[in-house]
Amino acid sequence: MTEVLDQTPHAPPAPPRSRWHRLLLGPGFIRAAWMTALFFGIGFGLVVGLRSLAGYDPAVDWLIIVTVAGLITAPLGFLAGLGAFDYWVYYALGYPTRDEDHSGHGARSWKDYFRVNTDHKVIGVQYVVTTIVFFLAGGLMAMIFRAELAKPGMQFLDNQEYNGLISVHAALMIFLFVIPAFAGLANYVIPLMIGAPDMAFPRLNALSFWLLPIAGIIMLSSVAVPGGAFGAGWTGYAPLSVVGTNGNVWFNMGVQWAGASSIMTALNFLVTIITMRAPGMTFWRMPLLVWANFTTSLLVVLATPFVAGSQFFVMFDRLMHTNFFNFHEGGYVLGYQHIFWFYSHPAVYIMMLPGFGIASEVISVFSRKPIFGYRLMALSLCAILVLGFSVWAHHMFVSGMASWLRVPMMVTTLLIAIPTGIKVFSWLATTWEGRIHLETPMLWALGFVSMFVIGGLSGIMLGAVPIDIHTSDTYFVVAHIHYVLLGGSLFTIFAGIYYWFPKMTGRMYNERLGKLHFWLTFIGFNLTFFPMHIIGVQGCRGASRTTARSSARGT
Amino acid sequence: MPWLPPVRSKEAERIDFVFWVVVGICIAVFAVVAAVTIYSVMTFRARPDDDADGPPIHGHTGLEITWTAIPAVLVTIIAVLSAVALAENGDLKSNRLQVDVTARQFAWSFKYPQYGNFETTELRLEEGRQVELNLTALDVIHSFWVPEFRQKQDAVPGITTHLPITPTKVGTDTLICTELCGLGHALMRAKVIVMRPADFQQWARAQKQKGAQASAG
Repeated sequence: MTEVLDQTPHAPPAPPRSRWHRLLLGPGFIRAAWMTALFFGIGFGLVVGLRSLAGYDPAVDWLIIVTVAGLITAPLGFLAGLGAFDYWVYYALGYPTRDEDHSGHGARSWKDYFRVNTDHKVIGVQYVVTTIVFFLAGGLMAMIFRAELAKPGMQFLDNQEYNGLISVHAALMIFLFVIPAFAGLANYVIPLMIGAPDMAFPRLNALSFWLLPIAGIIMLSSVAVPGGAFGAGWTGYAPLSVVGTNGNVWFNMGVQWAGASSIMTALNFLVTIITMRAPGMTFWRMPLLVWANFTTSLLVVLATPFVAGSQFFVMFDRLMHTNFFNFHEGGYVLGYQHIFWFYSHPAVYIMMLPGFGIASEVISVFSRKPIFGYRLMALSLCAILVLGFSVWAHHMFVSGMASWLRVPMMVTTLLIAIPTGIKVFSWLATTWEGRIHLETPMLWALGFVSMFVIGGLSGIMLGAVPIDIHTSDTYFVVAHIHYVLLGGSLFTIFAGIYYWFPKMTGRMYNERLGKLHFWLTFIGFNLTFFPMHIIGVQGCRGASRTTARSSARGT
Repeated sequence: MPWLPPVRSKEAERIDFVFWVVVGICIAVFAVVAAVTIYSVMTFRARPDDDADGPPIHGHTGLEITWTAIPAVLVTIIAVLSAVALAENGDLKSNRLQVDVTARQFAWSFKYPQYGNFETTELRLEEGRQVELNLTALDVIHSFWVPEFRQKQDAVPGITTHLPITPTKVGTDTLICTELCGLGHALMRAKVIVMRPADFQQWARAQKQKGAQASAG
């Protein structure tokens, strides 16, 4: 844990009147509990009041109440109770604000990790630990449905439970693990790397962290919604997500909270990196990890509003009958996919570029050599940033969109192989003639390079339209996404966690356990996912419980 | 064990050609990366107590140009091959059979507008004659895929999408839905039967007559 660095006295907070007063009204989990309930009540009152004023029947409609009070106002109450808005509210109302600057001391005890803390290192650790919790939850879901698939036919999950589990698994892994885990690691190291005292907006930073548990709990608890969890996949294609179970609303709102968190963090990174570099730390001297998070943040800020929009459209279609995707009333079904992938393809780079940054740090350090081709490495990040916005429709080659779009989107997709190739070859060149120390972070980083190359190459296959026509929506795509997000993102997240573990905790991890962790993951990962390439091209569909070759092909 | 399903359409032959060319390129690239990684780790590994630095090499312009240019050439080859195969597979013949395909949760139905618009629940096609499938869906998105034909196309509610296929072998295959469409998705299938031209004509005329009698009676 971060050491107590100084005891500089802050202006002491106005002394509360009594212990009870402090417990109930001071920021913390007790106030969060009653304020969550209070705000739920406010949401409930709004819905029921407005509905009865308008004469809608029934006035007490639980679907609307849960959406407004449960998924919107109650989380706001939780945040307010925890103290995420205290400073701003005091300031806005003209009260004396309390100094919350924790940058001098970080966490004094473990309890500080459960408070709204504005120190970037504390927030970084909060992020990493929280995301690992959701990673475990998502991983356990995968265990459940892999066990279900051990034999053909139905074992212990019905169709709704199966579709729900695969959807929640993917949503948790993407929105609550990979994206925020990178944000957490970057939160910890970026101010240190560029010589900034903290992030540019520490309170915003704290708020963006606390949105995450809300998003995660919403996604997870959709499993308990009557009717079942959202089961249209993490892509939530309309109209299936519009006509599907009410759990879909939980996905819509979960994405909003996670997306808001990610946009705020990205803004914070951008301002920090642009304005708070130490004297002499020019753009062309920044470590590649900083470059990687700079480009990632640009992607997040420009693209994430689109996924927020797509999920609001679906939710409005469900609750307000807006007919964005209702083809009976002139809605355009493919519109969803265009908007969704305009975010979700850049999202692949949001989940990959920070990993490129970590790999660049780790490989250079453990080869004891400077990174090879620094400028081209930074420029290729920028190339991926720009190209990343021009390829979204390669997810839609068989969707029925305008067919002239296919060849241009294929060309831009294949072009991304060039900057990506530059990065891979530069990492290899960095190890060349180095003095390689194969410690755990380096194992993860080299494992990343080899596994990510497989994911990248299967990506080229999927980018070639004729091959994609055969393989889209099959296990080939499942294999591809796991080589990219597991062999790519997860391996670099582990590389980063092992690499900065001593810095974050003041202790050294056990090298033998670390290596065991790597080799078990590396072998198990390949045994699980490599065969999926083969069963995919042979005709096994993704997102389908009948995976046995015979049943998928009906022979 | 065959790597790909049996080839039963002209389109599949072209798709498989592109597939194997790209697989070849991919294996070559991966072999280079894996070989360099393993060679580096084995040759340049330092002893644990060795704290010396490696040589301060910051880059090499020639190398960097090379590994920008070679992938550029490779992806150009892939793009050209793919675009040609795609164009050939999309080429419509004038004597093609038309079939209107309707997908709903969780079943397929097929209409033959050139033969009095009779409707069936299994897709019968003529060997060697191109068919243009005109697909639509009634509720959510479904997707038409027969792995032996390789061709795939979503059936989207509200619009009509098109998919040409030229079956080359008489036999029975299975059409499967490949777009997650709800609880019955895994079992949404239909039989696809490719018939000899004479048999197909006889069957189609019989169906047409039956349809005409039914509407007359």
